[in-house]
Amino acid sequence: MRLEIDNATVGYDGRPVLAGATLGLEQGEIGCLLGPSGAGKTTLLRAVAGFEPLMGGRISANGEVLVDGRIHLPPERRRIGMVFQDHALLPHLSVLDNVRFGLFREPRRKAEARAREVLDLVGLADAADRLPHQISGGQQQRVALARALAPQPRLVLLDEPFSSLDPDLRERLAVQVREALKATGVGALMVTHSQAEAFAMADRIGVIGEGRLQQWASAYDLYHLPANRFVAGFVGEGALLPATVVDDWHVDTPFGVLSADHRLPDPPGTAVEMLLRPDDVIHDDDAPLQVEVVRRHFRGADFLYTLRLASGELVQALVPSHHDHARGQLIGIRLDLEHVIVFDRAGRDEDSGSLIG
Amino acid sequence: MQATAEHLIRQDRPATAGAARWWVWLAVLLTLPSLIPLLATAGALLRPDAEIIGHLWRYVLPQVAGNTFWLLLWVGAGTAVLGTALAALVSLCEFPGRRLFAWLLVLPLAMPGYVLAVAFIGLFDYSSPLAGWLRDGIGWQLPEIRSRAGLVAVLTLTLYPYVYLVAREAFASQGARAMEAARALGMGPWRAFWRASVPMARPWIAGGVLLVLMETLADFGAVSAFNYDTFATAIYKAWFGLFSTDTALQIAGVMLLVLLALVGMEVVTRRRQAFTAIGTAPAARRPLGRRGWWATAACSLVVLLALLLPLGQLGWYASGHLADHDTRYFASIRNALSLSAMAAALTTAAAFVIALAARERPGPLTTTTTRITTLGYGLPGSLLAIGLYVPVASFSTWVFERHGIELLLEGGLLLLLVAYGIRFLAVAHAPVSGGLLRIRPSLVEASRSMGVTGARQLCRVHWPLLRGSFATAALLVFVDTMKEMPITLMMRPFGWDTLATRVFELTSEGEYARAALPSLAIALVGLVPVIALTRRRGNAA
Amino acid sequence: MRKLLLPAAILFALSACSGQDTAPATGDAAAPSAGESADTGADGQGDGLVVYTSRNEQLVKPLFDRYTEETGVEITYMTDKAPPLMERLKAEGSRTPADVFITVDAGNLWQAANMDLLQPIESEVLEANIPDNLQDPENRWFGLSVRARTIIHNPERAPASELSTYEDLADPKWKGRLCLRTSGAVYNQSLVATMMATLGEEETERVVRGWVDNLAAAPMANDNAVIEAIASGRCDVGITNTYYLGRALKQDPELPVTVFWPNQAEGGRGVHVNVSGAGVVKHSDQPQAAQAFIEWLSGGTAQELFAGENLEYPANPEVPMAELIQAWGEYRQDLINVSQAGAMQAEAVKLMDRAGYR
Repeated sequence: MRLEIDNATVGYDGRPVLAGATLGLEQGEIGCLLGPSGAGKTTLLRAVAGFEPLMGGRISANGEVLVDGRIHLPPERRRIGMVFQDHALLPHLSVLDNVRFGLFREPRRKAEARAREVLDLVGLADAADRLPHQISGGQQQRVALARALAPQPRLVLLDEPFSSLDPDLRERLAVQVREALKATGVGALMVTHSQAEAFAMADRIGVIGEGRLQQWASAYDLYHLPANRFVAGFVGEGALLPATVVDDWHVDTPFGVLSADHRLPDPPGTAVEMLLRPDDVIHDDDAPLQVEVVRRHFRGADFLYTLRLASGELVQALVPSHHDHARGQLIGIRLDLEHVIVFDRAGRDEDSGSLIG
Repeated sequence: MQATAEHLIRQDRPATAGAARWWVWLAVLLTLPSLIPLLATAGALLRPDAEIIGHLWRYVLPQVAGNTFWLLLWVGAGTAVLGTALAALVSLCEFPGRRLFAWLLVLPLAMPGYVLAVAFIGLFDYSSPLAGWLRDGIGWQLPEIRSRAGLVAVLTLTLYPYVYLVAREAFASQGARAMEAARALGMGPWRAFWRASVPMARPWIAGGVLLVLMETLADFGAVSAFNYDTFATAIYKAWFGLFSTDTALQIAGVMLLVLLALVGMEVVTRRRQAFTAIGTAPAARRPLGRRGWWATAACSLVVLLALLLPLGQLGWYASGHLADHDTRYFASIRNALSLSAMAAALTTAAAFVIALAARERPGPLTTTTTRITTLGYGLPGSLLAIGLYVPVASFSTWVFERHGIELLLEGGLLLLLVAYGIRFLAVAHAPVSGGLLRIRPSLVEASRSMGVTGARQLCRVHWPLLRGSFATAALLVFVDTMKEMPITLMMRPFGWDTLATRVFELTSEGEYARAALPSLAIALVGLVPVIALTRRRGNAA
Repeated sequence: MRKLLLPAAILFALSACSGQDTAPATGDAAAPSAGESADTGADGQGDGLVVYTSRNEQLVKPLFDRYTEETGVEITYMTDKAPPLMERLKAEGSRTPADVFITVDAGNLWQAANMDLLQPIESEVLEANIPDNLQDPENRWFGLSVRARTIIHNPERAPASELSTYEDLADPKWKGRLCLRTSGAVYNQSLVATMMATLGEEETERVVRGWVDNLAAAPMANDNAVIEAIASGRCDVGITNTYYLGRALKQDPELPVTVFWPNQAEGGRGVHVNVSGAGVVKHSDQPQAAQAFIEWLSGGTAQELFAGENLEYPANPEVPMAELIQAWGEYRQDLINVSQAGAMQAEAVKLMDRAGYR
């Protein structure tokens, strides 16, 4: 099913929280709404399910309108499954009966067979006769997913499905869930505030913040081609350096003049900020530019060094961890920029040159 | 959160040594007084009067047993349906006036059963003005109110709040979420309600219905207003009519067996309740649109019949007898309030000890203490009074006559408060133990690791978290004590007349109209804590 | 407010132990604390009397106050239904603080004597004031006011000419026209008990079965309901205590219900009467004072109060009855000793059960 959200506005108590959200999810794609708590992402998700009203805009499936100003298709007619944060399994039913719950229109034998099939898909075939309180949290969520998948929905919605589980469990489960979804070919839209989960699960991610859908793109694009300062800061780490536009293709930075890979939109002389990700800054002992190590963060495979430029700005560099340098030491760096990302500085001098993310 | 739920269920927490033992012994001590009336009842079984029993067995008990059975069945069904339906409307739907009705529908709890019974009979009986007017005006004869159906209606209207309260909580916290899950799976709203919400709420509804059945079994006021013979009235027949206290106690013993069966069922439902912990975020309510007005009408009808009607009738009668109130009136109000307050405080504290002991050291001893607390609830007040007073007084007399020592056991407030405690421990125990369940072991352990133990721990950790449950328990006992009559009559010290005793005195000589004023006072005073209780919870919901 | 509940409750509890004012029960003067006065079985309260009474407080309090006015003797009293009071007296044994036991219904008086809770007293005053059939043959209790349980009827639909006796109400001509109060009411139990004592068990059972057959509606919970049923036309005749009708007529003089005195024919039993009465508690430590009190109750002023308040008939034949009930005229009482009501009560209850009289 192709899901289209068109200029949707959601909120509660009459106040809009998220306005003008527009995105499209293709058949079989897994999308994710990422943002801080209270941003309105769950509300938008529930609007897709039909449990919340839209304050404006339209949501359609395969071109057919689910909800707009006049129409509101009730949830049970949308054929959109949902996995809740608290799994919402019925405690008095066995795992199998829980999964079978949505198959009430089928004859019993067929329903049971289908239920076992999806249980197998999520790897819980032998838990079929247990009760929900007898299995672990991760298993409960997988049962919830199986239950949502059993009636062959057009789309599955997941509302922060892993947030009640142990952190180490989350990423592993995210991968399992993604595999199950891809195996069935059913698309999904998930809501989370965890970047790691979003990156593990989704084909496309929508960053939500400050009342708007800031960007809807793949994880790679969000990281390397953030549409604005908010996304740049929200996804990944890095630094924003003050710079000035020289001409259509060049920008003057503390590292010198750099050439962009695309035409710069701002006129020459515009004050801008340039995004520098840690992976853009390479440690090179032979490089002429020597900078001081201000902080170091050991992360196992690499170090994340925070370095101070001669001009005083801070940047970060991701360096393989056998390069062990102490604080105060000078190390050489060079840039390896594929994309030059600049944002209008527009009167934001105070925190220019700051670290983000 | 997940881990905690499993923690509770598997009970694999380290038993806190030392202090726990104190709690258990204290709990045992507190349940000992409950044993006295139970033993007195059992003892009566050893002195059967063959002739009386023969007569009762042949001519009285078959009808009484049948009557009681049908009454329990119908009232149980009626309250289950009414309480669940109202709770569903109020928790899961949106309609005009919903917020108001959410707490208004709890208020009939404060209405004593016999008050509603008298009001209904006064309003709908053949001889009533309304019935006469209908007969003469439209030629329509009202159905006979003084029948089983009428009694079932009255008891359903006074007791449904027990089911309503628990069902409302269950629906609001879990039922809504279950419904959403079902609807996302393609079920329409009705089907989702029946297949998901109701089964989830079932253990809670069952708990509420069991309380209703226990109350119905013990009810005397409403059934005697309807002249409907149940075990409760058979007990009085044996005692007052046939002059045999022993036989009365024996019949009470039979009632207790029925009660034990009910209690056994309650334990089963309690276990089921422990497993239903899904859904913490409340889901949206479903607006009913134009059909919402039907819901408003239905709720209004219930409130009218169960609350406004009896209050109105009481007010009407009371207004004709306002001269009755004098300084002694205020004294009886003051006495009623202070007795109820004392009973509430002491009973809640006792319930806390017993519940805490059961939590700290689960085992056969604490299970027994918990079961015993529920039994006192099932004994009719008079018999509990006798079962407690007579052994204690006889013992004191024996001691006095043998050794000349005066044991100051009866005559003061002590025995009376103990009797209240025995009677209402069950009422306080339910909310307190529920509250304790919600205190996670990790909290207790965390505080211990910081050196906060013992009394300090109780004050700083348990008390703030349990305040709500304590308030609920205290309020429930307070209301019940205000309404209580036979125990108060029998064991009150001189000068401790209460509103309830006043009502007794007036109704015993058929002065129902004059009894309206104190009855109204009881109902109104009872309303205050009920309102406080439901508003507080309503804000949380 | 909730926060204050616990400390307030504790304060109340503590205050209770330190003695409670018993002013409401004893009148104006400060009385000894409840705890003390009840527990010291010996004479711990000087000149006060302790009365256990099942008679309505509204009715006895004026009497007690009057007695205190006239004699200075303080009266502390405890109300409850008769059977619990008797259990209490029994359990308290020799420690009981009670001196006088006042109750309604001869059955209860009989039972109190039967349970050995009362002591016999020799009193010329009482012998003179109270007729023989209204006191215990063994002088353990004395009736103080009389209530007649008689037939009431709607004079238009059941004219007096149709009525004759209690037993006649079993006649098929009354089918669907009779309303009765429940057999659980102690007054009906006494009525049937005295019938059994006079007519014998078999005949009484026949009569009761006849009554049950004639009922227009299921037996009612109280006498007022019977009166209302007759007034509204549901039935034509019933049996109630006279004072209920008196009260009802006071409220509504237009009520189409009036009294009929049955069994008045030559050789007939007479109207069934019951008493409220008093006796001296066996283990009282002030039997003389108690006796004096009861003697006072049988005298002029007390009798007027006692009977007048509730529209009953004074037991003392010298004392005139209240005006309202004078209108009903004189009647011949059943002269059977009212203690029979108690002696036969258990049998009466069983009989009514057998006859299906609910």
